[in-house]
Amino acid sequence: MANIMYWEAIQRAHDEEMARDPLVICMGEDIGVAGGTYKATKGLYEKYGPLRVMDTPISEGGFTGLGIGASFLGVRPVIEIMSVNFAWLAMDQMFNSAAKVRYMSGGQLTAPCVFRSAGGAAHQLGAQHSARMEKVFMGIAGLRVVTPSNPKQAYGLLKSAIRCDDPVFINEHELMYNMKGEVPDGEYFHPLEGSEIARSGTDVTLFGYNISVHWCLKAAEILDKQYGISAEVVDLYSLSPLDREGIRKSVSKTHRAVIAEEDEAPVGVGSEVIAIINEECFFELDAAPVRVHSALVPQPYNHTLEKAAIPDHEDVVKAVLKMFGKA
Amino acid sequence: MKIEDKKRVLREMVLHRRFEERCYQAYIERKIGGFLHLYPGQEACCNGVMEAARPGHDYIITGYRDHVHAIKCGADPKEVMAELYGKETGSSKGRGGSMHIFDTAHHFMGGYALVGGPFPLAAGIAKAIQLKGGDEIAICFLGDAANNQGVFHETLNMAALWKLPVLFVCENNLYGIGTSIERSTAVIHQHKRVAGYNIPADECDGQDIEVVYEHARKAVDHVRSGNGPYFLELMTYRYRGHSMSDSRGYRSREEEELWKQRDPIFILRDRLIAAGELTLEAFEALEKETDAYIENEVIKFSEDSPEPSVEDLEKYVFADRETQLPWLTGKAA
Repeated sequence: MANIMYWEAIQRAHDEEMARDPLVICMGEDIGVAGGTYKATKGLYEKYGPLRVMDTPISEGGFTGLGIGASFLGVRPVIEIMSVNFAWLAMDQMFNSAAKVRYMSGGQLTAPCVFRSAGGAAHQLGAQHSARMEKVFMGIAGLRVVTPSNPKQAYGLLKSAIRCDDPVFINEHELMYNMKGEVPDGEYFHPLEGSEIARSGTDVTLFGYNISVHWCLKAAEILDKQYGISAEVVDLYSLSPLDREGIRKSVSKTHRAVIAEEDEAPVGVGSEVIAIINEECFFELDAAPVRVHSALVPQPYNHTLEKAAIPDHEDVVKAVLKMFGKA
Repeated sequence: MKIEDKKRVLREMVLHRRFEERCYQAYIERKIGGFLHLYPGQEACCNGVMEAARPGHDYIITGYRDHVHAIKCGADPKEVMAELYGKETGSSKGRGGSMHIFDTAHHFMGGYALVGGPFPLAAGIAKAIQLKGGDEIAICFLGDAANNQGVFHETLNMAALWKLPVLFVCENNLYGIGTSIERSTAVIHQHKRVAGYNIPADECDGQDIEVVYEHARKAVDHVRSGNGPYFLELMTYRYRGHSMSDSRGYRSREEEELWKQRDPIFILRDRLIAAGELTLEAFEALEKETDAYIENEVIKFSEDSPEPSVEDLEKYVFADRETQLPWLTGKAA
């Protein structure tokens, strides 16, 4: 096992897949000569050249469509959108071309693309650079959505996404690129579907994904040590499809659920998980499921306002204590 | 163009015209639903360019006015009509409809609804050709109004920058849905807009197939020689409305009559008659023969074909699950 950073894990997945298959290419703004804003493509330009590591103009709609068109002929592009905030410009092509083309063509055309983008709130980047947009991609028929919470997932999910013939959107996080974690030395493919139990527990399930998994783990530690509450943390690395079976299994065990998301509440991961709990195991519940989420505001610049808008592990602890009547 | 080719293309254009007119009738009979965008008037554009290109080899992409482009690439008219009828035997298995005809075996890559959507897809197909080292070219057929989409400009820039083997054919029919070009576009002649991207561009009469063919030869040769993209504007006219829901209130009947004098089929027909290569009787017989083929084979096939099964509603959303299991579950197959 190697202990490497999230960005190194992504870089390694790119490198292995590009070495193996000459039709795997990557494209995006500053990914080549500059090595990538977050270093996710560092060194690839020198190794594979400009035909396969494409520095694109600032034309998200155009270059995303171009990558998708290339994939129609068997090229496997990893298309980086520098910040998920810019992805709005690419969505017509992502949804109307890549996601729908297999169905519209009765199975004739396939679009084996990977779209990867950095989402989430960083520090004081303001309203147009701090969006959490997972919900926008979830629920588009024909598009898979995954989100790595650690370097092992960042490596393994990209490996699987490149091999998979379906279009996949990988939602990374701006604050996690320097996060360190264990990654297998050998080749590893993380499943694109399912969920992972990050910490086993019995009294309440804490659902998290991406950065909120870490809030849940911290909260679980506090709940255990200070309050004697045993929390199970479930990592929902697959956002579309969500893991119905995994959700049902954990809630059937613990009978309580808190969903922690960095996104605002409406139409989010929390809404979806609660709907699924409703459908799969309503009568297992001992308490109403609860969402811990950001405020519905465009992200403020001011540091204090920004902190107030976004939850953290303490909000997760509070939500659990309230649920147990210990608030 | 050689005489035999001119005669063949005339037969093909008659098929294209009669096919489209039969669609009109089928739509009124409610055999075809949804949106239907018909091609009559523009036949010399698709046919002229494709005669200079290699149907079935070069990769073709277009918007929603796509039936004739598909058939010219080699798609079976029976399968195209069956698709319009929504049948399982349709080219897209009834899942696509008129705007989403696909025939990848003949390198016809669709069939898209959003105006301008195909531009970057065409450039991407060209990128793939370039990367894989093939001798094909990508050809994107779109209308004048599509050039007002931002993605047109983004695509031209990248195509020029990376010298992609893509030919952009602009079928300038002077209207974008229900609005005339004068009222929507600052520059009428689209080829002028392309100069800013360092891409060679040309314009010609889109109603005379021999004129189109000559200009298309030059365009195709340029792209095929690895010199990068080319833009060819064809001045043309659609005789029918934008779609079936269009009563053409935004055009004058006088203007339509003027353009009907320049019917691409009659231009070629009359030229062949004047050259002693064809008689009017033979042409009329061809029309009858074509209508009979369409009725007895194309329509009959579509009428007799089965509907898709509701059990298959979710088929084709994703790749066949069995083939993807290693990536979906993390376990080797």
